[in-house]
Amino acid sequence: MTVRVEVAAFDPGGETNAFIARAAGAGAVVTFTGLVRSLPGELVSTLTLDCYPELAVKQLERIAEQAIARFALLDAGLIHRYGALAAGEPIVQVMTLAAHRQAAFEAAEYLMDYLKTDAPFWKKELSADGTEHWVDAKAEDDAARARWE
Amino acid sequence: MKIRYFAWLRERLNRGEEEVDPPAEVKTVGDLMTWLGNRDEAIALAFEKRRIIRAAIDAEMVTHDAPLAGASVVAFFPPMTGG
Repeated sequence: MTVRVEVAAFDPGGETNAFIARAAGAGAVVTFTGLVRSLPGELVSTLTLDCYPELAVKQLERIAEQAIARFALLDAGLIHRYGALAAGEPIVQVMTLAAHRQAAFEAAEYLMDYLKTDAPFWKKELSADGTEHWVDAKAEDDAARARWE
Repeated sequence: MKIRYFAWLRERLNRGEEEVDPPAEVKTVGDLMTWLGNRDEAIALAFEKRRIIRAAIDAEMVTHDAPLAGASVVAFFPPMTGG
């Protein structure tokens, strides 16, 4: 299991390859990378993530352990950044390794759903017009997590 | 005892942490929230929607009824919005 909480940018492809390199005998790897969005009408120029790193590492390790047990994963990896991030940069990556694809896909969704509500990160958006605001927690994130209970 | 604040709590209070020495009758996280609010109106306002405020003792998530006995760092923060 790999859990990292860090400010530095990571290379999504490099992380995936390193994860696969440890995959002795597994049939399926799923990786998901979350990026700082920048869509027309949603002009986020910078995202700043506040974080409680000591708690974040513990919570992410707990979530990864739960996913490994529930989906019989061979391995799981979670990387989450904090600090100031520009549009297009990776924020988060989850990686799951399983015998078959269904468990790997489901576990990746499970990890993301739990991470969004249970890991101590908080997003503040700076818009192109210079205004900034803290992102509100979303009811649909709670609902996404609840479907696994 | 050290108190830590995160996200908009930290910004609204203008500090990320402070040292406090609550009296013995402050026994739970909820008691501590009330006590902190009574000494500082900004905290009382920030804790207005009390149910949404999350807490951790020594980097473990806890509920508001958790006992403070032995706690060295208590953190308060809003619902998480990572991912």
